[in-house]
Amino acid sequence: MDRAKELVIVSGKGGTGKTTLTASLVKIIKEKVIVDADVDASDLFILLSPKLKEKSKFKGKAVASIDQGKCTHCGLCEQYCRFDAIHKNENGDYTVNSYKCDGCYLCSYVCPVGAISMVPQVVGEWYLSDTDFGAMVHARLNPGDENSGNLVTMVKHQAQLIANEKKLSRIIIDGPPGTGCPVISALSGATVAIIVTEPTLSGMHDLDRILKLAGQFKVMPKIVINKYTLNSDNVKSIEKFAEENGVEIIGKIPFDKCIVDKLSHKLTPIDGEGCDEVKKEIFSIAEKVLPLIS
Amino acid sequence: MWITVASGKGGTGKTTVAVSLALSIDNAMYVDADVEEPNGALFLKPDIEREIVYTEPIPQINTNVCTFCGKCADACIYKAIVILKPLKKAMFFPELCHSCGLCAYVCPVEGALTEVPKEKGKIRFGKSGNLKFAEGLLNLGEASATPLIRGMKKYLPRDGTTVIIDSPPGTSCPVVEATEDSDFVLLVAEPTPFGLNDLALTVSLLKDMGKPMGIVINKWEEGNEIIERYAEAEGLPVLGKIPFSREIAEKYSQGIPVIYAMDNGREIFSEILKNIKETVKNG
Repeated sequence: MDRAKELVIVSGKGGTGKTTLTASLVKIIKEKVIVDADVDASDLFILLSPKLKEKSKFKGKAVASIDQGKCTHCGLCEQYCRFDAIHKNENGDYTVNSYKCDGCYLCSYVCPVGAISMVPQVVGEWYLSDTDFGAMVHARLNPGDENSGNLVTMVKHQAQLIANEKKLSRIIIDGPPGTGCPVISALSGATVAIIVTEPTLSGMHDLDRILKLAGQFKVMPKIVINKYTLNSDNVKSIEKFAEENGVEIIGKIPFDKCIVDKLSHKLTPIDGEGCDEVKKEIFSIAEKVLPLIS
Repeated sequence: MWITVASGKGGTGKTTVAVSLALSIDNAMYVDADVEEPNGALFLKPDIEREIVYTEPIPQINTNVCTFCGKCADACIYKAIVILKPLKKAMFFPELCHSCGLCAYVCPVEGALTEVPKEKGKIRFGKSGNLKFAEGLLNLGEASATPLIRGMKKYLPRDGTTVIIDSPPGTSCPVVEATEDSDFVLLVAEPTPFGLNDLALTVSLLKDMGKPMGIVINKWEEGNEIIERYAEAEGLPVLGKIPFSREIAEKYSQGIPVIYAMDNGREIFSEILKNIKETVKNG
C-alpha cells in the first residue's frame, strides 16, 4: 500500500498560528490521521480534546552513571566529555548532569576502571487517541530532553501505520517551530508544507529560512499569511518574495481578536458564531490544499 | 548578572520583551540564543563588528590507511559511520554526527580517522547604540542548536554587564543550555490555554533546575486571569503586564520593540528589572 500523503503545517517562527490553522483544517478535511509533531510544547490536544486509547514510553539516549565506589577520581571523563556534562561536586565526586549528557558513551570508554555505565532513559511518551475528527497520534517529550527529532519520526511512523490499517489516504501534521532537528523530521517525507507566516519582520525572516529548508527536503511549499491586516507594506513584500520563489500564497487571514477570544474558550475560529471573514478564508485554504493531498 | 528570557510557546513575545529589557538597562548586552530563528537584530539593527565561524569537529577517514575494522562504526551511537568491510568502504553521514569524538578515540590505526572542523553556524558581535549585541545563527539543515548556544556562552561577559539572553522556544535541550548559567529566568506568557499549557511545561523544567524566575504577561487583557491564577498557585511573581493592543502589534510588525510602542514602556521595563534584581538579591 502507498504511504499516506502528509500535509505538514510549519512556520519557522513560533506563534504565527500553526496550531489554530491545523485544528481548523483537521475539522474540515476528512479521512485523515492527525499528528501533533510539536512534541516540545504540544497544544493541538487543547483544541481537539482527544480521548486517550494507548500510551507508550519513548526511550531516548542513555545517560552516563558513575559508580562512586569504583571511581578513582582520575578526572579523565570530565576532560574528555565534549558536552560539559561531567563535573566534580562539592564532595569531590564526579557527577553527571543528565540534561547535558548526550549519551555518546565516550566517558564509558575512557574510564580506566570501568566505573561508568550507560543507563537508557525514558525521555517521553507517545499517545494514540480518538478525537471527534479522527485518530490522533501525539507525544510529549520530557522537559529538558533532546531527541525530539526521533520522537517526531516515531509519531509520524505510527500515523502511517494507522492510515494504512484504516485505509486513510492522508495525514495532517501540526509541526514544531524552528528549523532544527524536529522540523527536519516533520518535513522529511511530507508531500505539502503549509508555511504560516505573518507580515512582521520576524515572520518574514523566518519564512525565508523555513522555505529553503522545505526545498532541501523536496516538500511542496504553500504560504498562508496570518494577521495580514497588520502591515500592508510587509504583505506586499511577502507577495513579491513568494512570486520570486515561485511559491503560491493560498490564503490570507486577517488580524482579528475574534480568533484569540475563541481560542480562550478552546474553540477554533471555524467553531460557533461569528469570525466570518476568518472562517471563509480557512475554508478556502482547505479547498485549495485538498487536491494536493488526494 | 545574566537574565534569560524564555517561554515554552513560540510567538509569545520573547524577543520583543528581551530586546526591550536590554534597551532599558544602561550597561547591557542583548544575546540572541534563538539560533534557529534569530530575530533580535531585526529590532536592534546592530552594527556587526566581529563574526566568528562556529565549528565542531567531525571525523575524516583516510581510506588509504583505514583497515575497515569497523570499531568506529560499532561505537558510534548516532550511526553516523558505516563501514563495509568486504567492499573496503567507509561512509560518513555528517547530519547524524554529534561531534562527540568517540570514533577518533576508538580508532586503533594511526592516521586512519582524524577530526576536522566543520562549520555549524556563526556567532556575531556588534553594537546597537550603547547596547552590546551578540547573536548565533545555526546553518540551515543543522539539527542541533545546543552546541552553538554552548559555544556562544563562552564569549559572554561576567563583569558588570547585564546580559539578556533571548532563549529558543520549547522545553528541550537548547532551552536548558540557554538558561542554565543564568541568574534569573524571565518567562513571557500569553493568557490563552496554549500559553498556559506551554508555560507550565517550562516552569516544571526550570523548577527542576532550581532557577529563580518570574513572569511577564504579554497580550494581557483586563478580566482574563488565567496566568495570574496559575502564577499564584505556583508561587511565581508576575513582574509585568503588557496589554493586548493592535497598535503594539502593528509597531512590532515594523520592527519596533514593545518598549517604544507604549507610552509607559520605559516605566514598565524599569519596574521589571527592579523586581528581578530584588528577587536575585533575596536569593
